[in-house]
Amino acid sequence: MSTNRENVPSFEFQPDDFLLAKNRDLGVDQVYPARSYWSDVISAFIKNKGAVIALVAIILIITFAIIGPYMNGYTYNGQIIANQNLAPRIPVLETWGVFDGTEHMSTSTGMTVVNKYVNPNKTTGLESTYYWFGTDVLGRDLFTRTFMGTRISLYIALVAVIVDLCFGMSYGLISGYYGGAVDNVMQRFAEILNGIPTLVIVTLLMLVLKPGLGTITLALAITGWIGMNRIARAQVLKLKEQEFVLASKTLGAGDFYVIFKEILPNIFGQLIIMSMFSIPNAIFTEAFLAFIGLGVPAPLASLGSLISDAFKSFTTHPYMIISPVLVLGAIMLSFNMLADGLRDAFDPKMKEI
Amino acid sequence: MKRYVAKRLCISLATLLAILFILFLMLELMPGSPFNDEKLTQSQVALLNDKYGLDQPVYYRFIQYVKHMVTGDFGVSYTISKNTSITTLLASRLPVSIRIGGQAVLLGTVIGLFLGLLAALKHNTIFDTLTTVVSVLGVSLPSYVFALALSYSLGYRVHWFPLLYQQEAAMKSSVLPTISLAMFTVATVARFTRTEMLEVLGSDYMLLAESKGLPEWRLILVHGLKNALIPIITVLAPLVVSLMTGSLVVEKIFSIPGIGSLLVTAIQSNDYNVIVTLAFIYSAMYIGIMLFVDILYGIIDPRIRLAKEGNYEH
Repeated sequence: MSTNRENVPSFEFQPDDFLLAKNRDLGVDQVYPARSYWSDVISAFIKNKGAVIALVAIILIITFAIIGPYMNGYTYNGQIIANQNLAPRIPVLETWGVFDGTEHMSTSTGMTVVNKYVNPNKTTGLESTYYWFGTDVLGRDLFTRTFMGTRISLYIALVAVIVDLCFGMSYGLISGYYGGAVDNVMQRFAEILNGIPTLVIVTLLMLVLKPGLGTITLALAITGWIGMNRIARAQVLKLKEQEFVLASKTLGAGDFYVIFKEILPNIFGQLIIMSMFSIPNAIFTEAFLAFIGLGVPAPLASLGSLISDAFKSFTTHPYMIISPVLVLGAIMLSFNMLADGLRDAFDPKMKEI
Repeated sequence: MKRYVAKRLCISLATLLAILFILFLMLELMPGSPFNDEKLTQSQVALLNDKYGLDQPVYYRFIQYVKHMVTGDFGVSYTISKNTSITTLLASRLPVSIRIGGQAVLLGTVIGLFLGLLAALKHNTIFDTLTTVVSVLGVSLPSYVFALALSYSLGYRVHWFPLLYQQEAAMKSSVLPTISLAMFTVATVARFTRTEMLEVLGSDYMLLAESKGLPEWRLILVHGLKNALIPIITVLAPLVVSLMTGSLVVEKIFSIPGIGSLLVTAIQSNDYNVIVTLAFIYSAMYIGIMLFVDILYGIIDPRIRLAKEGNYEH
């Protein structure tokens, strides 16, 4: 076969044969811009529409909680008995037929529309009065009260994070790092405390102490840290056998130095995100306590106590309950979605926890 | 396995005893006494204290109390309905609460499983989005928001269901409370089923089962759902907690004569015995379910059992 050279067809190389077949301009050494950890995180977060909306909502709520109570002339505890049970009325929107101070009342003769601000037959003295969210049974401005209540919910959110990060985290770190008998005792204690429903602990505590913001804070401090303790402990167990810990120990570092300076910085980000998840829970606990009458004392308002008060007349004046319920729902929803988004952005692997 | 169960049982019992002790101590520290009536003279109060054994030392009363609890004698109510034994109070109320709670769990699990399955099978479609929205709302909003919304719209506006619980129309008036309590269950179960099912559907053994030519229903229900269900057991504990707290508020909104509303009344009228009993019952239910979940999980998934036993051996 190899001797039969005459039959080989003549063949000539063309310039095209030395080029790449299809992708003539395939960039072999194309350099892409480096993506840092943070730009990855931010782009992953921005892609998550729900989380971005939640973040905007939280910023809005915080802004309103700060300036809301000063936006109109009313105070949260100022009662104007003459102006009780007024429906919401907002300046510009009233010309469109919504929030014009009318409410539907069901009477024995059927539904009637009542407007306590403007009455064509007589002067009510309220023609130029505007209550954006209406007033309650004592004639207090619900707009101001709602956002005073929002402050309490946000304060509770802050408490939840601080309890998690100060107490729960340290407890879990120490327990996981020392291991052995220390770990056993500490985790048994946490287990027993965890075995008691939060509901029981909180209600009993509220009974022993005076109901109020201080007591609610204490109740959250007692019950709020157990989940974070577990997460922190699990993370330490993963890290404590690694070489950098051994290296630090070899160099003579003390236990607390290793725990808080060597191990903690590696897991702090994850722990902060996990602590976000305890916020909705804490806010819910406060609102729940307020609803069963163990919340902040009057005339202070929290969203829970506003809902509880408005519940008594919610079939006749449903507008009273709508604003606190909406704000509470928005807070819970936003924190949940923000926490979800942050977790996914920072560490997609954490989804399983 | 026996060793593991025995250990779990011991921890649960220790927890229960600790709870009894804490409950007892906290009530000792409580301000006021059940005999706050100003008309009572000093000697009358002393007589009453003697009658109810409140003048005995703390440890003695505690031991007595544990003894009574073990035998199911919860004592008498001081203020809510004087001298009625708490067992009688509970006898009429516990079934109502358990019934509504049970209905909520059942309804929530069925709907949650259905939604989660639908979302996983029709991944990235409108069903999936809908399920995500439902589960985010259900987890985020407290059950009383649903209760209020339902009782205003379906109860007050269109009169489909009674606003308040009626003993004679128990079925019809338990519909709205059941739905409000079930929302959290729906949300949690749907979320977990979706995640687990997606993972299972992408696994190799599902590919194998499919290539063996199994019918689709068998593929999804027997090979898929059965494996996806195991981790769902872990969400049982938060579900129980949410039902407990939810029941207090929801029972108040619909004025249901259950143990949740009894606890609220007892708190407001300082009825020691009723509070302690109910707190104990709530805790016992919670501990019982946690124990059940742990053991069940050990039976279903040997990896967990072995890992846990290894942990305790150290």
